[in-house]
Amino acid sequence: MTDLTWGLWELLLKGVWVTVQLTFFSTLLGAAVAFVVGVARTHRLRFVRFVSGAYMEIFRGTSALVLMFWMFFVLPVAFGWQLLPMWAAVLALGLSYGAYGSEIVRGALAAVAPAQQEAGIALSFSPWHRLTKIVLPQAWPEMIPPANNLLIELLKGTALVSIMGVADTAFGAMLVRNATGESAPVYTIILVMYFVLAFVLTRGMRVLERHAKAGIGQAPPEKSLGVRRRASIPQQADAFRSNVVGGS
Amino acid sequence: MQWDWSAVADFMPRFWDGVLLTLQALVLGSLIAFALGLVWALAQRSSLKIVSWPVTVVTEFIRNTPLLVQLFFLYFVLPEWNVTFSALVTGVIGLGLHYSTYTAEVYRAGIDGVPVGQWEACTALSLPRTRTWQSVILPQAIRRVVPALGNYVIAMLKDSPMIATIGALEMLGQARQFSAETFQPTEPITVIGIAFILIAYPASLLMRALERRLVH
Repeated sequence: MTDLTWGLWELLLKGVWVTVQLTFFSTLLGAAVAFVVGVARTHRLRFVRFVSGAYMEIFRGTSALVLMFWMFFVLPVAFGWQLLPMWAAVLALGLSYGAYGSEIVRGALAAVAPAQQEAGIALSFSPWHRLTKIVLPQAWPEMIPPANNLLIELLKGTALVSIMGVADTAFGAMLVRNATGESAPVYTIILVMYFVLAFVLTRGMRVLERHAKAGIGQAPPEKSLGVRRRASIPQQADAFRSNVVGGS
Repeated sequence: MQWDWSAVADFMPRFWDGVLLTLQALVLGSLIAFALGLVWALAQRSSLKIVSWPVTVVTEFIRNTPLLVQLFFLYFVLPEWNVTFSALVTGVIGLGLHYSTYTAEVYRAGIDGVPVGQWEACTALSLPRTRTWQSVILPQAIRRVVPALGNYVIAMLKDSPMIATIGALEMLGQARQFSAETFQPTEPITVIGIAFILIAYPASLLMRALERRLVH
């Protein structure tokens, strides 16, 4: 670690910044894809369900690295579309991790009690309102823990872009390795960097999960009165039900 | 868009070589991941803090860092320590080690899922510890987690192209080499992309079927 000069550190830190940007934009795209595809998979039209299901299977079925190669090398030759490396990377990561995310969205939507949907129908909510006012607010706290895992996978996936010459952390490590002629220090450093990024993301998602769960009155982790009061209603209902079952 | 079937035909012999190497890496990597994952899972349950703590830290670290960087680490750093493996062996070790941290979680969940009564029955029958694990706990735990393990094999298949970056000529490696020689990237990369779907999709259907049979 002694012969890592300031300039080389700067190279690595710039790489970390690119990794953060890549993760951020790919997450935005991936989340958008996940919501659209995930909701489309619960659509009443068979055709929409089929198309979104096919998207999910195709992008989940192939390898993210192969997809990235395809975006970088086949798209320009075959279609004449030359994307900036950074955006081609975001596109490849967002599309493939969005396909994984759509399963999370679909699962969480399916986990909302059907009676909630039925209540929405009874109150003659439009399908859009049923989704945005009733189902999604209850479903989305369920999505956060698996989304956290996926986010870490996405962060790890961003390292792939270094093969395409995008100057991310792993690419910086390659340059530093060439400059110093030593591999062990620099690769140890960047592994720790990735780990710290993953740790920060996980912590952030925990906070988000707490807020989301508190918002629908589940598992009050904070000693806030407002949360407790809202949570007490379903708890009492449950206690009542179990008493009835136990007594009969 | 131009599509050249003769390029596909030219690529085919190499493609099959690539498939063979991918499957080799997958089988060997899975064996390492299954075996090592069980070791991690058992070590994490150890009552000795000096065993469980380091194993937890190491597996968390490996799971939260990119496989690609780990492969580079193995490929570049091991020779500095005078340990030299071929690209394929390095790749298999990297894949196996990385995925062992996932299978460890799977085994852990499976072991936790064995009802307490089974443990108590073993105590009541005064079975020795090894027999408890071998004949009672693990058979029930592993049966439940077979589909989850299978899903990680599929995930490993989709990560296996990464070993092309350290020079193993699996499917992606063959496609890269072919397109570098002929300047025709479209056909080989599209072919291997479809090949991944053709392998992964039926495999995931199989895992879903297994899940219905074994878990429920």
